[in-house]
Amino acid sequence: MSALLKSSIARKVVMALSGLFLVIFLVLHVTINMASVIDPDIFNQWSHFMGYNPLVQFLMQPILIAGVVIHFVMGFVLEFQNKRARSVKYVKFRGSENAPWVSRNMILTGGVVLAFLGLHFYDFWIHEITYKFVEANPEDPTRYYEETVAKFEPMWRTVLYIISFVLLSLHLWHGFASSFQTMGVNNKYTPGIKKFTKIYAVVIPLAFIFIALYHHLNPVMH
Amino acid sequence: MKLYLKIWRQKDANSKGKMVDYTVEGVEGDMSFLEMLDVLNEDLIKQGDEPIEFDHDCREGICGTCSLQINGRPHGPDTRITVCQLHMRKFNDGDTIVIEPFRAKAFPVIKDLIIDRSAFERIQQAGGYVSVNTSGNTVDANAIPIEKEMADKSFNAATCIGCGACVAACKNASAMLFTSAKVSQFALLPQGRVEAADRVRNMVRQMDLEGFGNCTNTGACEVECPKGISLENIARMNREYLTATAKG
Repeated sequence: MSALLKSSIARKVVMALSGLFLVIFLVLHVTINMASVIDPDIFNQWSHFMGYNPLVQFLMQPILIAGVVIHFVMGFVLEFQNKRARSVKYVKFRGSENAPWVSRNMILTGGVVLAFLGLHFYDFWIHEITYKFVEANPEDPTRYYEETVAKFEPMWRTVLYIISFVLLSLHLWHGFASSFQTMGVNNKYTPGIKKFTKIYAVVIPLAFIFIALYHHLNPVMH
Repeated sequence: MKLYLKIWRQKDANSKGKMVDYTVEGVEGDMSFLEMLDVLNEDLIKQGDEPIEFDHDCREGICGTCSLQINGRPHGPDTRITVCQLHMRKFNDGDTIVIEPFRAKAFPVIKDLIIDRSAFERIQQAGGYVSVNTSGNTVDANAIPIEKEMADKSFNAATCIGCGACVAACKNASAMLFTSAKVSQFALLPQGRVEAADRVRNMVRQMDLEGFGNCTNTGACEVECPKGISLENIARMNREYLTATAKG
């Protein structure tokens, strides 16, 4: 097994699988978030279920955190190896002539998304853990909507979220379809996968941006 | 044409290199890039200077020895060609041209613009062959019927000349396109299937040992490959590798 994980292809497959897992998770995340725009009660119900269901809390959440950690740790390991593979740099290197910017800057877009995840975890996850386990507050199935809206009140946080979603979009624009190529899928379905990747990479981050802006501008709560 | 050249000069593998400025005059548009370097070298020899060392052999686009990064691109500002097929009409009078060797840790510079690409040979030696009984019982390859589409794909993969432009173009100095072409040309044919699992495992292991980077699917290799080797080969190699590893 250790010999397998030393292989460049196996490491790339780990990146691809963890990335695809996160792609699926984003659909779940944006669906729940969208409920906050459509109906606060449904959003509260769903959020409460996600926050207190033992299967979600003690099985799915650790798997999700593992997925995120594996994806970014492996990303940095591969980037370190890649830098080492060209120890003497070119005096002139015109990467833009043969490859799109998004494909050449996955570490940059991924790094920004990782930094955003730090803020996002602080905003919501740490808050949730503190509420439930440190302060040991009682269950309140009606608190989530107001807490979420309040988070988007400051302009700076909304702007940071929007910037991060744009970078997430760029990361997905290359990463989603690329993961199929890594896993050996390059056939008649590839053009379709590439088209779907572009739609996904625009629609999902745009939905997150819409939700953040909606709550920032929501006149009822402010 | 009068051209201003910035060329990498390096005395030997252990010395530190640097870019040196040269001016070359009397360059014709019909000259190949290598002929332009010949003109420059003749001038240097006449002046008593040491000529610039660069690799070349066939000068007809099939040997893949001319490992030059020209103005930031492998084999210069054109696609599907090697340096000997790059003509000076692609440049304008008064242009400044930056000429460097292909850069990769696995391709150390031997002198000036010459690099050591024996890493590719070691990858080939690790499995890029079909073991054939030559004791008198050799089966005629043409006796085995092969689907036209498979034969064409195999032939396309086999057109890889091992020039290293894929490594040079890749921001990670990955050798996946080269290795996958060499894996694919056999994996697609019945004669190559017998040793397919060992071949892909051993060639990928050797590729990793040589210190090439990892593929991030930018596609730069495919664009710069003088023979148009497709990224399909990388996907095929990954499939072959995963299947071989799963079988143990």
